Amino acid sequence: MAGTLAKVSAAAQSIESLDGQKPVGPGPAKVGLQVNGNRHELEVEPRVTLLDVLRNKLQLTGAKEVCDRATCGACTVLADGQPVYSCMKLAIEVQDRAITTVEGLSHPDDPTPIQRAFVEHDGLMCGYCTPGFVMSLTALFNARKNPSMEEIKKACSGNLCRCGAYPHIFKAAQSVAQAGPAGR
Amino acid sequence: MSGWPKNPKQLGKEHLRYDGLVKVTGSARYASDVQPAGWLYAMILRSPWPAARIRAIDLGPASSVPGIRAVVMADDPPFVVRYCGEELAAVAGLSKQACLDALRAIKVEADILPFVAKEEDALRDASPRVFENQPNAAQPREMQTGDAEAAFKTADKTVEGFFQTQVQLHNCLETHGNTVKFGPDGVTCWSSTQAISSVRDGLADNLGIPLDKVAVISEFMGGGFGSKAGAGVEGGLAARLSKEAGGLPVRLMLTRFDEALAVGNRPSSFQKVRLGAKADGTLVAYQLDAFGTAGYASGGATAAGGGGAGFPAPYIYRVPNTRVRQTTVAINAGSARAMRAPGHPQASFGMESILDEMALALGMDPVELRIKNDQSEIRREQYRIAAERFDWKAKYHSPASSEGPVKTGVGCAGATWGGGGRGSEAEVRINPDGTVEVRCGTQDIGTGTKTLIAVVAAEVFDLEPSAISVKIGDTAFPPSGGSGGSTTAASVAPAVFDACQNALADLVPASGMSVPTGPNWRSAAARLRVNPIVARGRWKEGLSSKGVGGVQMAEVEVDTETGMIRVKRIVCVQDCGLVINRLASISQINGGIIMGIGFALYEERILDRQTGVVLNPNFETYKLPGAADVPELDVILQDMPERGVIGIGEPVTIPTAAAIANAVSHAIGKRVTRLPISPAQILGLLGKTPGITNPNRGTG
Repeated sequence: MAGTLAKVSAAAQSIESLDGQKPVGPGPAKVGLQVNGNRHELEVEPRVTLLDVLRNKLQLTGAKEVCDRATCGACTVLADGQPVYSCMKLAIEVQDRAITTVEGLSHPDDPTPIQRAFVEHDGLMCGYCTPGFVMSLTALFNARKNPSMEEIKKACSGNLCRCGAYPHIFKAAQSVAQAGPAGR
Repeated sequence: MSGWPKNPKQLGKEHLRYDGLVKVTGSARYASDVQPAGWLYAMILRSPWPAARIRAIDLGPASSVPGIRAVVMADDPPFVVRYCGEELAAVAGLSKQACLDALRAIKVEADILPFVAKEEDALRDASPRVFENQPNAAQPREMQTGDAEAAFKTADKTVEGFFQTQVQLHNCLETHGNTVKFGPDGVTCWSSTQAISSVRDGLADNLGIPLDKVAVISEFMGGGFGSKAGAGVEGGLAARLSKEAGGLPVRLMLTRFDEALAVGNRPSSFQKVRLGAKADGTLVAYQLDAFGTAGYASGGATAAGGGGAGFPAPYIYRVPNTRVRQTTVAINAGSARAMRAPGHPQASFGMESILDEMALALGMDPVELRIKNDQSEIRREQYRIAAERFDWKAKYHSPASSEGPVKTGVGCAGATWGGGGRGSEAEVRINPDGTVEVRCGTQDIGTGTKTLIAVVAAEVFDLEPSAISVKIGDTAFPPSGGSGGSTTAASVAPAVFDACQNALADLVPASGMSVPTGPNWRSAAARLRVNPIVARGRWKEGLSSKGVGGVQMAEVEVDTETGMIRVKRIVCVQDCGLVINRLASISQINGGIIMGIGFALYEERILDRQTGVVLNPNFETYKLPGAADVPELDVILQDMPERGVIGIGEPVTIPTAAAIANAVSHAIGKRVTRLPISPAQILGLLGKTPGITNPNRGTG
């Protein structure tokens, strides 16, 4: 028993020396986040997710907590332009990433072409999943100029909509794809 | 003829969703997003046992967890819990993490009791009882018309089948819950609900405070599908936590896991069906022996209605001689609640399946058999429309006759639903600057109720819908009913229409203009000078009706080597009375069909026989239809404006599973008897899984 403890302790020390810094937690730790171009300095426990911080500390409630385990995509945000499930990222591990939430895409009165297409094609009903779909498709259109329907469906494959708005979501995305980069 | 305008400018056109922009930009504030000053996070401790007598709950250790501000018990021990997931206690604190720590610190003393998790087990005499003093099976409900026994003897063909449907979960994406502030002046509740009025009644009752001290607000909510009709246990707990925390607002939203346990489901069904027909296809006799479970409270009253596991039988077709016997059996599981068209999808699956068996026995085309026996003129016409669009005649081949290992098949099914209107009120205010406000104590559960209100008002005043300001989701507004039973559109639209007409009747003399609408609107309103016109309206006969028909046809591909099923196409013909917003109607029909696909192929709550625990309480194991599962959907709205407004949210989800099951059976030449239709069932039916002796046995 004592031997095991000693080994654990040694391992912890070696991790410490490897990182050159002290382990943080379990109490609140300083976390700096860059969200929608703004820098936020926070005190949160290391076990707190990015989603929790966005929603409950920064009042950015566009990303939703639905499954809390990377199966529904309602919490999707961009980290350096890549779509990520914010329920599966600890706030403390994305300090060096530029986070974009749905609130950071546009002003409510001046939606992006994708957001406008969602409204025009009625790609939503209750709307709870919508910010997640918007973020996934935003990432797609940032990466691909004229995505095919296959690519659109693949980009949405990590998002669930219980109201079943999929056909109109696909239509919305297709209209943006057809308009091409000039139309965006 | 209905009282609606004969040549509408706005009604029936495609309209953009009133709140589309705030939803796509993330600025819509749902009940789960509301954060009043000082708000606390809250969570519920649930029973890990399917049956237990709770002797004592020690909340002390929880209340001393840092950050915790309030702790309450769900009930005073001793009490009995009857399903895994029943509420024991709740905590509120400064963070989710504090609440998680506090839940772990609560000490519960309990005597674990025997339980039963399967319907077939619960029916046995030796089974543990869910309620000590009553048998698990409720007294069967028996109904009879004519003489079924005698009629079977006159039948040229008799077919039999045993069909099962699963327990389906609502799984609305926004979980159930509320943010509640218990203040000296009363209770304010931001609720994710389909019925602000019922939440208000429930909270007042639960807390023992008068109705005028309770305000319920639901500006946005993330789906309900029948399960969000009341305050729920969680609403009462949130209010008590807020009171205990000195009036700080408490946000108690359930977790996804909680959703699988405690806030409703569609009851299961086990249906032994017998059907007799004459050689020409005329149905003469029907017999049904069915049971199913609605959870622990089977047959009893539940928080949100729901009742038992019964369903309409025989479904939609006329059979002169019937004998129907249905029982609801209690098990140690969370209670059922109304779920999108309660009873009907189950009824449709059993009836349409046996009907296809009869068509095979008679050598008749399934569509012909339906047209022969369906008394609804609307549906008979719909079958003809659908068959042409679908190219049914060309696609209906003899079963399992398509070439190669991937077999194609087609199937069809019909549905009915009420969807009528009922008492609702509305208020219209015309301001001197020409702005228009409509207030109604209804709520928008994603169906587009706000848009519908704007469209109706715009029609009467000859304005654009964007010129109308819609205010709903507040119990301070004129009363309206819950959004259930597909009644909202048919209730709210007539009330708004009436209010607008009353407002217009006042505006004519007040403005001195005979036609104050359209281009004259601003100048007419300006003549009001200071006082706005405020007019009320209420639902009345003649603007809505009930009873819709719909049919669907499905085409599927079944890989006979893997058992995988792909739905290729669904054609839906839906009677929808007077359409208000064509775009939202199509959205809703698409959604109903997709939910039906989930019921047909993927969704099932699996309750473990050994432990009484739900084994798939989240989306990685409870599969909802996703982007890749959506087939080509071809929706035909059958406009009947003369009938007035009728709801369509529920009927469109009814026949999908039955049509798919019939298509799969047609593809492989074996009768599918159980939903969801898993690849394992397909391989079992094809005799390709020798280890499985009964392919129809559920997973649990």
